[in-house]
Amino acid sequence: MIAVRLGSRLARRSHRALAFLTAIVGLFLLTFADAAWLRNCRAPGARAQAELAKRLGLTDLCLFTEARYTRHLSQADWHSAFQEYPGAFEHFPSGSLVSPTEPAKRHANLD
Amino acid sequence: MRTWIEKQKYLIDFTLSSLARRKVKNLGLLFLYTVIVFLLASVMLFTQALRREAAASLAGAPDVIVQRMVAGRHDLISPDYIGKLGNLRGVRKTESRLWGYYYDPIERANYTVMVPGSAGQEGVSTGRVAVGQEIARRLGLTLNGKILLTAYSGESRSFDIARFLPLESELLTADLLLMSEEDFRSFFGYPAGQYTDIALTVVNPQEVHNIAGKIANRLPDSRVILREEILRTYDSIFNWREGVVLALLSGAVIAFAIFALEKASGLSADEKREIGILKAIGWETGDVIRMKFWEGALISLTAFFLGYTAAYLHVFRFAAALFEPVLKGWSTLYPQFELVPTLDGFELATLFFFTVFPYALATIVPIWRAAVTDPDSVMRGSL
Repeated sequence: MIAVRLGSRLARRSHRALAFLTAIVGLFLLTFADAAWLRNCRAPGARAQAELAKRLGLTDLCLFTEARYTRHLSQADWHSAFQEYPGAFEHFPSGSLVSPTEPAKRHANLD
Repeated sequence: MRTWIEKQKYLIDFTLSSLARRKVKNLGLLFLYTVIVFLLASVMLFTQALRREAAASLAGAPDVIVQRMVAGRHDLISPDYIGKLGNLRGVRKTESRLWGYYYDPIERANYTVMVPGSAGQEGVSTGRVAVGQEIARRLGLTLNGKILLTAYSGESRSFDIARFLPLESELLTADLLLMSEEDFRSFFGYPAGQYTDIALTVVNPQEVHNIAGKIANRLPDSRVILREEILRTYDSIFNWREGVVLALLSGAVIAFAIFALEKASGLSADEKREIGILKAIGWETGDVIRMKFWEGALISLTAFFLGYTAAYLHVFRFAAALFEPVLKGWSTLYPQFELVPTLDGFELATLFFFTVFPYALATIVPIWRAAVTDPDSVMRGSL
């Protein structure tokens, strides 16, 4: 009976569209619940990572390992050929994704 | 109220029928729109989470790092420098560090080699090393197995694998190789008593700038890197206005602008005729605009919610797999990491505003122009 009533209601285009919109808004809201759940699950890992970083005195994320100056962005040399700083005349692809580091920006222009 | 709702439902019915008449075009448009929202939202969520991750993980980085510069290049720190820094007022701890890079010619990968401050705690001793997960995966290493490296003297050296660095720290340690000081010095032929740099722990964080100034005076050939600079570096890389985000977003933003402009610049002959007929049979201008409002709202809201949800799943459930080739560049090693979701209401509202509103407006403006004109001239196409 309920299925029949639901079927007859959904026969109308506007009802189908609004039902679809409600469903995707529901999915959108579920992402917040999922984020809270993932935060809880991943928090111990994040804490362990921060602890290890502190113990080892790590200074950079290991995102771009292709060159020394992209691996350790915050420790990059300023002057060496092909190792100037990200944003300089570029050799490696990731250098064009990364902006100059803070100390490099403060430094006088090199060209 | 009931009448109003019923009227809106009829308008939606009519809008959907009208959209269904140009099904392929409108589905294509919805798909493209969803992809653009997906890309923008993915970049936003990814960079936001990485920024937080960098801030949280690097909060424990050394307060001050001192490096020696010779002719503009980073050089080794000699023992007398350590002595000069040791007696600086306000410095709680001075730690000389040893670290560097090893290029593996077989794998064509760069490893970061480091001597941990407390080797015992990391399970490292002479002949025994700790290895990052990505190196282990790449070389097919097993626990208690061996890793073979070519020393700078040219001879092959094998090390026992004492442990793998934790999976959850891969974002920081994927390419890391920890070894004892003795191994490090003999492997790289590192001069005795010299170090890579010095890490200082400061008693009062507000004194960091004063201490940096004193170091610059005392050791003019040194370069001082503060923790706040490290954090700012990562903040700016993953900021909306700079770095990765700007590079990734510019293409999507231009595509979206062209798409919205094309929509705003005019109506097709079919659409004009439809408006003319509606007005001729008695629809008011307000009704036509409301109908088109529903068209814009339904398409843009569907694209926004679908695009955003897909982006969330992409970034936090599928580890931002689509960004991997972009970020990887020519690197051989790339960490496998899971980000902790952080959803920023302000950034979400900004995304909503910049994706939903322009499209909704771009739909309504040309319709308003057509709807206020005489139906006869609209149908004749003289608008």
